[in-house]
Amino acid sequence: MGSTVYVVGLGVISGIGNNVAEHLSAFEREAAGMGDISLFDTLHQHQLPVAEVKLSNAELIKMTGLPGRSSRTTMLSSVAAKEAWEDAGITDPKAFRTGFISANTVGGMDKSESFFVEFWADNNKGKLRNIFDHECGSMTEIVADQLGIKDFITTISTACSSSANAIFYAARLIKNGIIDIAVAGGADSLTKFTLNGFNTLMITDKELCRPFDQNREGLNLGEGAGYVVLVSEQVLKTLNKQAYCMISGYNNSNDAYHQTASSPEGTGSYLAMKGALEKAGLQPSDIDYINLHGTGTPNNDSSEGIAVRRLFDPNYPAVSSTKSFTGHTLGASGGVEAVFSVLAIKHGLIYPNLRFETRMEELPFEPVKHFQAGQNIKHVMSNSFGFGGNCTSLIFSAV
Amino acid sequence: MKAYIRSAACISPQKTFDTGGFLNDITEYTGTRLTVIDPDYKNYIDPKLARRMSTIIKRGVAAGKKCLEGTGIDVPDAIIAGTAFGCMEDTITFLARMVEMNEEMLPPTAFIQSTHNTVAAQIALMLQCHGYNNTFVHKGISFESALFDALMLMNEGEAHNIIVGATEEMVDASYKVLTRLGLYRRQPVSNLELLKSEAKGTMGGAGSAFFLLTDKPSPDNLAGLSAARTYYQPDNIEKAIVDFLCEHSLKSEEIDLIITGRNGDIKNDAIYNTLGENIFKSNVLANYKHLCGEYPVSSSFALWLAANIIKRQEIPEIVAERGVASRPIKNILIYNHYQNKYQALMLVSAAD
Repeated sequence: MGSTVYVVGLGVISGIGNNVAEHLSAFEREAAGMGDISLFDTLHQHQLPVAEVKLSNAELIKMTGLPGRSSRTTMLSSVAAKEAWEDAGITDPKAFRTGFISANTVGGMDKSESFFVEFWADNNKGKLRNIFDHECGSMTEIVADQLGIKDFITTISTACSSSANAIFYAARLIKNGIIDIAVAGGADSLTKFTLNGFNTLMITDKELCRPFDQNREGLNLGEGAGYVVLVSEQVLKTLNKQAYCMISGYNNSNDAYHQTASSPEGTGSYLAMKGALEKAGLQPSDIDYINLHGTGTPNNDSSEGIAVRRLFDPNYPAVSSTKSFTGHTLGASGGVEAVFSVLAIKHGLIYPNLRFETRMEELPFEPVKHFQAGQNIKHVMSNSFGFGGNCTSLIFSAV
Repeated sequence: MKAYIRSAACISPQKTFDTGGFLNDITEYTGTRLTVIDPDYKNYIDPKLARRMSTIIKRGVAAGKKCLEGTGIDVPDAIIAGTAFGCMEDTITFLARMVEMNEEMLPPTAFIQSTHNTVAAQIALMLQCHGYNNTFVHKGISFESALFDALMLMNEGEAHNIIVGATEEMVDASYKVLTRLGLYRRQPVSNLELLKSEAKGTMGGAGSAFFLLTDKPSPDNLAGLSAARTYYQPDNIEKAIVDFLCEHSLKSEEIDLIITGRNGDIKNDAIYNTLGENIFKSNVLANYKHLCGEYPVSSSFALWLAANIIKRQEIPEIVAERGVASRPIKNILIYNHYQNKYQALMLVSAAD
């Protein structure tokens, strides 16, 4: 079925940087992005660390040229998608069929939740412009318009695996000959809604998160956006550049265990990783690095860790969770981490899992503690798992 | 590649679920909104589980499960859903508690169930389906996006049986906001008169329709599904439709029935009027939104309608707009657009 799908453009924004270059620098400096909440008033201020993008809404409006009423999610999406699109350097987009496949989890909730305060007190109140982009599809539409893409656009929402599924879907669209070029990934900004939601589940850490550590206590929320530009072989030939890598494997499986909790044996994550390896025609020992989902919650890391053990034992690749830098960027995480995975291949990098101290007692392996450059990285697996048991693994391979 | 609609289950403002009839006992609504007729869910969902579920989840899960009835399939290979607004009841509940309780002592259930993928996930959980699971949330093409994924998955040989569908609920808060945004009629109207009276605005609706798609031809199938296609601001929809039909070796006069998304709003219906006098001038036409109301995934109701028309070779009088279809009814084109921005086509064909 179809040709190879190549990655030719990257764009990312998160709590540790506003573009690819700033992320590479932050990784090298081992500088995490968490701090106090500044974006909105909340009871949890100074209680829960979060990784905010270091740009105010006013700065983002200026940067993106979007209207003042825009959701922060739209603006983050715009910044990263544009960076990816420009990086790809598609010389003649009109000559090809181009798609924008984006993802997020709560649409324009940052605006909706402020609308809601007035609306709930009086149903005839609340500024309608703040609810106009409530739908998840709005972000995709606005950014597609900015990029001038209209051949194929859609939006996926599968909780924290959303943008991994967007990339997966985009790759399939190219393989099936539906489109030739895709900008794919996702975005989510911090909102009071998600902050309180995760807090009620008691899976947030009051300290900086410690993914895959025996003493981990939960996640830190983050925000951001990450996009890749995928092209067919035919398009690649027209570009004046080498591809970063190809997307060689992907799988979406469902844990079918619980709405929010992961199964103790990691069924969904095991099936996703195994399915992605099969799709890529690779053995577990071929994988050089796994960018873990690694949220830092006791449940996720145990479940994911056991799934890794089941599949990889005894040949463990280097593993780490970059959520120790960016926090959990929810619907954006699959896109953000896909960018990191591609950069790992391009520059021979393995990212550290910050603050790791004690190996989990159920696991015979532990994550990488310090930044490593100059590695020979051929195959990288990126895991993204979400509520509803939605588990997706992607594999990127050197060309 | 052609897929087949093995079965279809639809929970809507009409008696479309748990009934042997086919739109022969129509429910009238007067106002600017049609409300969903909920079946007795205990036939589909354990009451202990159902108590925690919001309405949209119950509707989606019941419709999803019902698709498998009598098919001999216990677990599909994939589950794909479409919804524009997702689980609004849970979203509003959580927002309201957050405001009222000033972020303190919030119960997590509403948040847990507020994510857009909850319906597809709950179907997977109930059926213990570990296969491919996806949810599309792109405004008025959420359902067609899901359907397109299902067709592609089958084309790839990755799945043989897929539960695919769409679900949308209309809670009071959404209805109020959408009313303020000017989507609905200024004056109350009967849904049975909606399409006969041209004015600004339509009536709101909701519903859940799920389908079991299979790659196997069988006399038990309801209908064939040849294609689903979405368009974003196409330069010329008439040309797009001609090209689409041409790709499937069809001319417009070979389409036995066209189901359009006419909803009684002048601006919305203009394109249907234009096409009815041009490319569709010799076609038999039918409508459906007076039965289910306008909502982003209403075309899932239209697909349920089309599949049943092919199976029964019967066009319910209540949906007929113009003309008498010749028999057999082999090809049905569903053409719907959402606020003139998104356009979608589905081609339903004979079951063999």
